[in-house]
Amino acid sequence: MELFQSLSIDWLKKKWYFVGFSVLLSTAGMISLLAKGGPQYGLDFRGGTLVHIKFREAPQLDRIRQVLGDHGLGNSTLQQFGPAANHEILIGLDLTGANQTDLEAGQRTIVQALGMEFGGGELPNWNEAAAGTLANHLAAAGVAAEAAQPIAERLVSFRDAPPHNGLIASFEDLRSVEGVTPQVLQTFQAEFSLPGFAVRSAEFVGPKVGAALRRQALMATLLGLASMLVYIAFRFEWVYGVASVLALLHDVVIALGLLSIANLELSLTVIAAILTLIGYSVNDKIVVFDRVRENVRLMRRDNFTNITNLSINQTLSRTILTGGMVLVGTLSIFLFGGDVLRGFGFVLFVGILVGTYSSIGVAAPLVASWQEFAQRDRRGGAPVRAAREQAKAKREKVKVGAKA
Amino acid sequence: MSRNLLQKGIAIAVVVVASIYGVIGLPTSMSGLRQNMADRLRLGLDLQGGTHLVLQVMVNDAINAEADQTIERLRTTLQTREISFGSITRIDATDIYAEGGVEVQGIPLVPVDQRSAFQEAIDETELGWTYQRGEPGSYRLRLRPLALAEIRQQTLNQSVETIRNRVDSLGVSEPTIQERGQGEFEILVQLPGVDDPARVKEIMQTTALLEIKRVQAGPYSSRQQALQAHNGVLPVGTELIESVERPEAGEPLVANQWYLVSRVPAITGRELRNARPGRDENNRPEVDFTLSADGARRFGEFTEQNIGNMLAVVLDGKIQSVATIQSRITDSGRITGRFSQQWANNLSLMLRAGALPASMQYLEERTVGPSLGADSIRAGVLASAIGLAAVFIFMPIYYRLAGINAIIALLLNMLILMAALGYVGATLTLPGIAGIILTIGMAVDANVLVFERIREELHAGKTAVSAVEAGFSKAVLTIVDSNVTTVIAAFFLFLFGTGPVKGFAVTLTIGLAANMFTAVFVSRFMFDYLLSRQPRQAAISI
Repeated sequence: MELFQSLSIDWLKKKWYFVGFSVLLSTAGMISLLAKGGPQYGLDFRGGTLVHIKFREAPQLDRIRQVLGDHGLGNSTLQQFGPAANHEILIGLDLTGANQTDLEAGQRTIVQALGMEFGGGELPNWNEAAAGTLANHLAAAGVAAEAAQPIAERLVSFRDAPPHNGLIASFEDLRSVEGVTPQVLQTFQAEFSLPGFAVRSAEFVGPKVGAALRRQALMATLLGLASMLVYIAFRFEWVYGVASVLALLHDVVIALGLLSIANLELSLTVIAAILTLIGYSVNDKIVVFDRVRENVRLMRRDNFTNITNLSINQTLSRTILTGGMVLVGTLSIFLFGGDVLRGFGFVLFVGILVGTYSSIGVAAPLVASWQEFAQRDRRGGAPVRAAREQAKAKREKVKVGAKA
Repeated sequence: MSRNLLQKGIAIAVVVVASIYGVIGLPTSMSGLRQNMADRLRLGLDLQGGTHLVLQVMVNDAINAEADQTIERLRTTLQTREISFGSITRIDATDIYAEGGVEVQGIPLVPVDQRSAFQEAIDETELGWTYQRGEPGSYRLRLRPLALAEIRQQTLNQSVETIRNRVDSLGVSEPTIQERGQGEFEILVQLPGVDDPARVKEIMQTTALLEIKRVQAGPYSSRQQALQAHNGVLPVGTELIESVERPEAGEPLVANQWYLVSRVPAITGRELRNARPGRDENNRPEVDFTLSADGARRFGEFTEQNIGNMLAVVLDGKIQSVATIQSRITDSGRITGRFSQQWANNLSLMLRAGALPASMQYLEERTVGPSLGADSIRAGVLASAIGLAAVFIFMPIYYRLAGINAIIALLLNMLILMAALGYVGATLTLPGIAGIILTIGMAVDANVLVFERIREELHAGKTAVSAVEAGFSKAVLTIVDSNVTTVIAAFFLFLFGTGPVKGFAVTLTIGLAANMFTAVFVSRFMFDYLLSRQPRQAAISI
């Protein structure tokens, strides 16, 4: 099967449309970034405390806010996380609202406050227990040590699979799990609590770390870009390097803008996605440039615009096939990779579209325009060249005449 | 098969066998197989659940402590040499980068001979210090750069050791405890499978410096009252310490009291041989301890000389309990105080593990619960499966038999990647799984580049053999270029990234390296092998 055979699209003729499209897209992103006062930093970069909690019943945000307020956490932010049916929320404390000690203790205070309200207590929450902890308790309750671990693992997978999805309502639910005896249930009853929620994750990032990570992320991105410039300049010519890096900047700006429009946070994993996008985008440009270089050798007499158009057309089937395949991968990360990878998948998906486009719409026209300009400059453009040729011919004639 | 081809085949077979061994080892049973795979492929904290902590050691505490000791020594030296001086005070090192120091105020118009005697005293006894002359007769002592660096490094090392001891006694399996970064005095602690971070944090952060000191006077109801009782000046070698002692049963709870105690402890936690939780006669939690031989001898002397006096058990600068010495005590004692059974357990654990040389501050704390980790694994596996399925369906449709070739190369790539992760001891994180999905994409890219090139050559009228030859040789350079640029990007991620992001960089780099082998070498081998078994003019399925 072949989809793209001997195409002859004049890409460079459309370059002004491309410019318009790029300007439009980046402006839209810029406006969103400006309107929202910069990118929405994730916890890694802004610092603070964030607790991710799953409730058994649909959480009533007002009630939770009230409970937190009663414990001196009135300035915490509440936010639903994922689809409403998951009953998950994020409770956050900002750096501005509290000092270091408060933030550090914040996680604990939040969990304790909720525990009092939703039926927890001094005892550890069974729904938060890892297999190792359960095995220890089982062993202490008289279950043989080698049997305890498998039972604990079965219990954990029973709890985490549907229909419980991480939260059992009563220890009686566990009766159906293989190896669970009434004695085991009694032990759990005595040594654990079963509040109506479980902490999925809890994070605290101090102010120093946030600032350091921001600096590091910026360094990584800038050094990544700079090294691409050097590599391409080394492998091709400096014009190719400059054109690629301009195209990469264009990609990054658009990806960040769209991230802001989509209301997603800029986190460490998103930075990883941006660097990956840089890598992929450069890769895509190299494929086109490689072909341009090859064709320049083959078609010495042709002008640069034609060569570039031909090269794009020749590599187009590869561009679309690979792009499509990687796109499917990133789309599946975006859709199925879970909430942690949502922003990552988004930036890669958008980035691969933009990165592929910018090879054809930004980098190639830049190089072609420069080459045309440089050639005209060196030889003084077509009319000058014609005049020069004539003068040269005249001189030749004179020489020949003198000899004669 | 030609000899060249045979050699290549053997090389590939060796890699395959090594990779399979790397993933599954030499299992003897199904459960052994599962166990081996779990051992070799280590999951990151974000996938298996656990706690990640970054602590900063406040090394200035140790510098201040050093300055205090120097002050004590200097005082003795100056007194024995009969050199007159005014006051000696510490210049506080207030943050981790501060140098600290000691300020010596002399009496103005010190005789010149005394001045040189003073300098001699410092030169001879305080080797780690240099001095600067300030106002007439006053000096400012600073730690020499080497001594300063040594104190800081020692404090950091000792903190790492102490935390390791404490974590070990908690029974956490495979913890990571190591220095992080450079010159920031940070310690990275990773505790897989820990689901109770609050307790761990408390145990790690408490300094747990135990001292037993002689009570000189007290109690006083407040600091002011204590100062007034001594006309505002404390006797030399004493200090005021707050007590957090609990009242006896039935007594009303009163505000914390203050005691005047000797500055130098009779014994410290260093002289402990063991500590364990127990219960006192009223069945309240307490901690019983026994002393080392040397400590017991000194404690015996101390208690013998002080029968009838009071002693204070001081923990981290707070008096836990005060008791009257009834008789000579040698090798055991107990700490009672206002604490729960859990705290008694923790305290005895910390005393056994030793005191921290400096206080610590948490810079970062991340805990992932076990069920979120399990969900992440499911999500990651689903996303990778979909990515793989797309390739498996598309490639044979579009490239026919060559598509199968690409699939085999891709599967081998995945196998090598998994084995390499095990061999280099890297951990698989959620972003790492994303790295695998991207590797799939890049691997397909290499195949597509080659196949498209072969098709072009075939269109140009070349035979199958020369088209394959030309296709590979022309595409290889492009493949190398594109892989190198992605590896450069991954390198910077590795350099600047933290945990999970590093995992992504490692996975992607290994995947791309494997890709160079599978998509170029192995795929070429498969083409050559098929062609070698066909008549020279036969077509290839692409």
